[in-house]
Amino acid sequence: MSLFKIFDVAGSGMAAQSLRLNTVASNLANADSVSGTPEGAYRAKEPLFAAVQKAIGSAKSADADSAVGVQVKGVTESQADVQAHYEPGNPMADATGYVYGSNVNPIDELVNMITASRSYQNNVEAMNTTKQLMLKTLDLGK
Amino acid sequence: MSSINDNLFGLHTQALDMWQKRSEVLASNLANADTPGYLARDVDFKKALASASGTGSNLPMTITQQGQIDPQAQAAKKLAYRTPTQPSMDGNTVDTQVEQANFAANGVHYQASLSFITAQIHMLRTAITGGQG
Repeated sequence: MSLFKIFDVAGSGMAAQSLRLNTVASNLANADSVSGTPEGAYRAKEPLFAAVQKAIGSAKSADADSAVGVQVKGVTESQADVQAHYEPGNPMADATGYVYGSNVNPIDELVNMITASRSYQNNVEAMNTTKQLMLKTLDLGK
Repeated sequence: MSSINDNLFGLHTQALDMWQKRSEVLASNLANADTPGYLARDVDFKKALASASGTGSNLPMTITQQGQIDPQAQAAKKLAYRTPTQPSMDGNTVDTQVEQANFAANGVHYQASLSFITAQIHMLRTAITGGQG
């Protein structure tokens, strides 16, 4: 039944959004991390999404057109500048007395979190509706 | 679909198939709401159903020899691209609200086709049992 493909598609969407939520959590948790070198400072992680054609259980290539899932291509790191703080008393401070904080922008992360959770909900709703339609189809003729 | 099914349930078996395809496309749009560069797609349902069933103004093409491309199967899979209402920076044309509305409407249509088939089955059962069953 072709409705089954929706579970794969919505499932891939949920997986992608939950990974996005994961990176947000890790970014927020590390917002105040410091390092002794600019290279060692925590940089905000951002997932990269791509559409992927799903040809599940169909030999015809034209059929693959309709179901398009989401693929996480990888996680990139933000290239924004890290902030240097003058904290000579910090045990992590370098020779000049600076420590290097993360380049996480908490507002960006919160916005990302809300978007990810809404998108996740959309996929769950699509799955729920599909499940109900499938159950109704099973009751056909009763 | 077999011709027996077609004779019993008319257009609704084909319609059901189309609603399924369309819900698949809409679910893909919803899943890719945050994918950069993804273009939202949809089925031109009226056109697809007309060419699949031959109820349009044109006569449907048929297969005369084995190995030819099935025009009805092709028509069912023809997808169009949605015109975006608001352009976005990353080239994504999914409008989640529009997709959700379409998905909901699509589900109702699907259920309507199911009810029509169920009603037909009930009618046949009544005819077979003479209203006793």
